[in-house]
Amino acid sequence: MKRQKIMERGMSWLFALCACMSIVAVALICVFLFANGIPAIKEIGVLDFLFGTKWAPKNVPASYGILPMIIGSLCVTLGAVVIGVPIGVLTAVYLSRFCPSKLHSVLEPLVRLMAGIPSIIYGFFGLVVLVPLARNIPGCTGVSMFAAALLLGIMILPTVINLSESSINAVPSSYYEGAVALGATHERSVFFAVLPAAKSGILAAVVLGIGRAIGETMAVIMVAGNQAVLPSSIFRGIRTMTANIVIEMGYATGLHREALIATGVVLFIFILIINLAFAVIKKRGEST
Amino acid sequence: MNGSIALPKEQLRVKHKAPNHQPTQQLQSWILRVLVYAAAIFTFSVLLFLIGYILIRGIPYLTPDLFSLEYTSENCSMLPSIITTVEMTLLCLVIAIPISVFTAIYLVEYAKKGNKLVGLMRLTAETLSGIPSIVYGLFGMLFFVTQLGWKLSLLSGSLTLSIMILPLIMRSTEEALLAVPDTYREASFGLGAGRLRTVFRIVLPSAMPGILAGIILAVGRIVGETAALIYTAGTATELPSSLLSSGRTLAVHMYCLSSEGLHTDQAYATAVVLLLIVLAMNTISALIARKLTKK
Repeated sequence: MKRQKIMERGMSWLFALCACMSIVAVALICVFLFANGIPAIKEIGVLDFLFGTKWAPKNVPASYGILPMIIGSLCVTLGAVVIGVPIGVLTAVYLSRFCPSKLHSVLEPLVRLMAGIPSIIYGFFGLVVLVPLARNIPGCTGVSMFAAALLLGIMILPTVINLSESSINAVPSSYYEGAVALGATHERSVFFAVLPAAKSGILAAVVLGIGRAIGETMAVIMVAGNQAVLPSSIFRGIRTMTANIVIEMGYATGLHREALIATGVVLFIFILIINLAFAVIKKRGEST
Repeated sequence: MNGSIALPKEQLRVKHKAPNHQPTQQLQSWILRVLVYAAAIFTFSVLLFLIGYILIRGIPYLTPDLFSLEYTSENCSMLPSIITTVEMTLLCLVIAIPISVFTAIYLVEYAKKGNKLVGLMRLTAETLSGIPSIVYGLFGMLFFVTQLGWKLSLLSGSLTLSIMILPLIMRSTEEALLAVPDTYREASFGLGAGRLRTVFRIVLPSAMPGILAGIILAVGRIVGETAALIYTAGTATELPSSLLSSGRTLAVHMYCLSSEGLHTDQAYATAVVLLLIVLAMNTISALIARKLTKK
């Protein structure tokens, strides 16, 4: 009997210990990123680093301004949202309110599959299909911000669709019935009674999509062109923060390497802000 | 749900025809309907086109050369990287499954509600699931590769990926555990079993399919991961001889092939294999999940 009691006690401690691992992991990630990135930012100068428009680590003296990359990440993400969110939300509306349930049982696993396809395959698809397509646009270099935004727009679709659909499904059916009873058509009931009620869930979906898009690396590298300059048009090449890290980390040393880690820190802060926004929106949605 | 009657889902999907609409309203409805259908068609045709394109273009390049044991710059064999991928996946699962399943057990079966620490656990797990893979890669490089001195190795790579898939397995396990009816636990306690025995003999077995579905999804994630591995497990083309030697997984292999730009044919073929693995993982996971909901 005593042995059993010790077992019980011991295992419950083991479970608790394992549960603390995620706290430990987040703490370690924060400590190591900040400890390695902040000194470089200090050495370069916060303003020169964040708002410097010239990234030339090989120059003498080298200049480490990541503004082109920050703008690049933001532009590509914005483009992805402009393309991906309307299509994603409308597809979610289709799945939730228009699609016959037999078809639904086929399409739902497809959305999950879309989320499971590795980003490297999306990138390759972008490289061999979207980039040649974009080259047909006059003035477009092929590998460009446009191609990257289009590809990312496709990649965030499953995220947006999943969350939007579940928030549309969660709207009480009385909303829809009420609108139909007042004489609205099916479409108008869905769009003007149900969809506004699912607003906060859809907003959360958009925020999560933004997080996916800004953190995406491999797919963007393959289609964005990766020039570290301020973009002059959406049909020119662009480099994101994520691409900057992967492309140069292989051979970087000294301050250059630390500047790349600092780029990671800036990206990490962006992600933390987005996560926070997501949590706040979700909490507000639950409380109403 | 104030007094509303929950209609069966089937009925919500039926179009209700209301009489005597203004022509502008009908036009609006028509436009909305067209938009909805167009979006759905776009989404699914892009997906099917992507899968079809890669399969059709890639399958002809699947030559036996690509599966020879030794990698040379001429044959670009993917067999070493396939074996590395399997090793990497097993390592990750060995590390991540116990931790994430135990975490879920703690959160569902042991933790008291309103505990501050539990709130923090959930918050950090959610944060982990939002961190992009390149940040994991950077962290792995700084911590495992440099700080702990494990160099570019299978061990560094698998530990990095393990942290990445923790929240994934954890969440599906948690959901599976919550779906086990409380009567099971009560009956077990009633027969005099302790908490531990109840968890391992009663709750876990009935939650197994849900946990399994989550694990298989995690495998898909590991197989497809690139950004987190380039600077933790490296890109060595040989088979890793030990835990502390570098090796490239299939996804990293594919990145190297397509970024060099010299071996597009082989890149296509690698994409096919990668895509087929991911397709298989998703199908298995969906089948298990379907079995679960049917019960």
